[in-house]
Amino acid sequence: MYAAAAYLFLYAPLAVLSVFSFNASKVAMWRGFSWEWYRSVFHNEALLEATINSLIIATVATIISTAIGTLAGYALWKKRFPLLTNSLYLSLVTPEIVTGVSLLAFFEWSFRFLHVQLGMHTVILAHISFCLAYVVIVILARLRTFDPALEEAGLDLGANEWQVFWRVTIPILLPGIVAAALLCFTVSFDDYVITSLVAGVNSETLPMRIYAMARKGVSPDVNALSLMITAGLGVFILLAGRLERR
Amino acid sequence: MCSGESKTNYQFPGTKVGRLRAVFVAPSATVMAVLFFAPLLIIVAYSLLSRGPYGGVMHPWTPENYRRVFDPLYGQVLWRSIWIAGAATALCLILGFPLALYIARAKRHRTLLLNLVMLPFWTSFLIRIYAWMFLLRDTGLINTALQELHVISQPLPLLFNTGAVILGLVYGYLPFTVLPLYATLEKLDPELLDAAEDLGASPWSALWRVTVPLSRSGIIAGCLLVFIPCVGAYLTPDLMGGGKTVMAGNLVQNQFTTARDWPFGAAASLVLMLLVLAIMQILRRRSEELL
Repeated sequence: MYAAAAYLFLYAPLAVLSVFSFNASKVAMWRGFSWEWYRSVFHNEALLEATINSLIIATVATIISTAIGTLAGYALWKKRFPLLTNSLYLSLVTPEIVTGVSLLAFFEWSFRFLHVQLGMHTVILAHISFCLAYVVIVILARLRTFDPALEEAGLDLGANEWQVFWRVTIPILLPGIVAAALLCFTVSFDDYVITSLVAGVNSETLPMRIYAMARKGVSPDVNALSLMITAGLGVFILLAGRLERR
Repeated sequence: MCSGESKTNYQFPGTKVGRLRAVFVAPSATVMAVLFFAPLLIIVAYSLLSRGPYGGVMHPWTPENYRRVFDPLYGQVLWRSIWIAGAATALCLILGFPLALYIARAKRHRTLLLNLVMLPFWTSFLIRIYAWMFLLRDTGLINTALQELHVISQPLPLLFNTGAVILGLVYGYLPFTVLPLYATLEKLDPELLDAAEDLGASPWSALWRVTVPLSRSGIIAGCLLVFIPCVGAYLTPDLMGGGKTVMAGNLVQNQFTTARDWPFGAAASLVLMLLVLAIMQILRRRSEELL
């Protein structure tokens, strides 16, 4: 009984929002079924541009932070680097707003010497910085179940250290790497606080757009968009999960 | 949040293995140094400077900004962040514990039930807040429905207050309490409860005197995972509080954007960060005492 109420609490708001994304009227009363808001989302230039920006940022940040985070996780598993470990944990518990303003101050300060401006690149750099800790933690968790004897066997059979890493460890670690990448992508795709602080003129992301629309008031476009994002992420996670199992 | 070293201290036999490791660590170490520590250092430096005439920073060095953070005016913002985060954490525990217990004791579909709790976490945080705004607004679903049914004539002030902020935080972070609680409750030996029953304990006192004390590490982990993001929350108080419930995160953001007083904002963000670290340290020590 209690559990049912708890699940209702978790899902009711999202369910209601999804149902009302098909509402024919702008007001919060059911006035019949309509695709109107879905159509209007697809004709909203700013929204489409923001979506593309978000996809680019999330993809680049995911690839880079997964790659370097996997390497770091592997190295940390073999040997302790307390400074790096502690700084990763510190970055994980630092409030987002603090990370955001410090990156903003840092970028503005360094632009005195480098003649560039805030934009997509600063957003990507910021995302790499906060995604890294997630990757290392997922990879380390995965490596705890990894048997080092497999690497020893590879070395005994004449492979060098790099070959062992590339041919033995990486394939076994792959599910963990996929999980880490997935986490990075969703965290990056969804981030508003840090992004809004370090974004420049031509780098508005989807969460920034949604924030602006949510602030303005009732906007059925957002209802439709919400369902699409939720469904999109759901399909993405399902696909990745299947890939991981294989 | 313990240290991340692994138990394996395996070494490659007699090879020059150190080199590859150093190479592997280098990119991440560089990223952390340039994109985490350098920005933090700049914030530390800024927090000790004064505000320039055009919103920049200038000399002389001064501790004035830190004194201002603890002024009654701003001190109350800090205090509000702590009690709102505390209230949200307590509510998450009260709501999350029975749910975790239910999942841990379910006969079937445990993984499914747990995944259902975690699933909303994978959807956008912004959208989850927006969903509540859609329900609670003056022109939202609840107020519109009640007006149509002639229960009320004026919309109820459901959104843009402290209660709404706490609701938003609880909704956002409830999964984070359920997960660690489930992890400890699942490991709990059911025979302990049988023993308690045999010795004459009522189910309620068995819960209170056996289950709860034994799941203390899960409770502490759950508290940490909720309190830390809540105390530094920005988005929830901003959207669901409508700018009326100002928390530390909003104060910092405002100093860096609208008010353009970067030195003061820098001092406020460092105080916020130290607060988070202090709370982590206190709770961690508590859980270590048990081990």
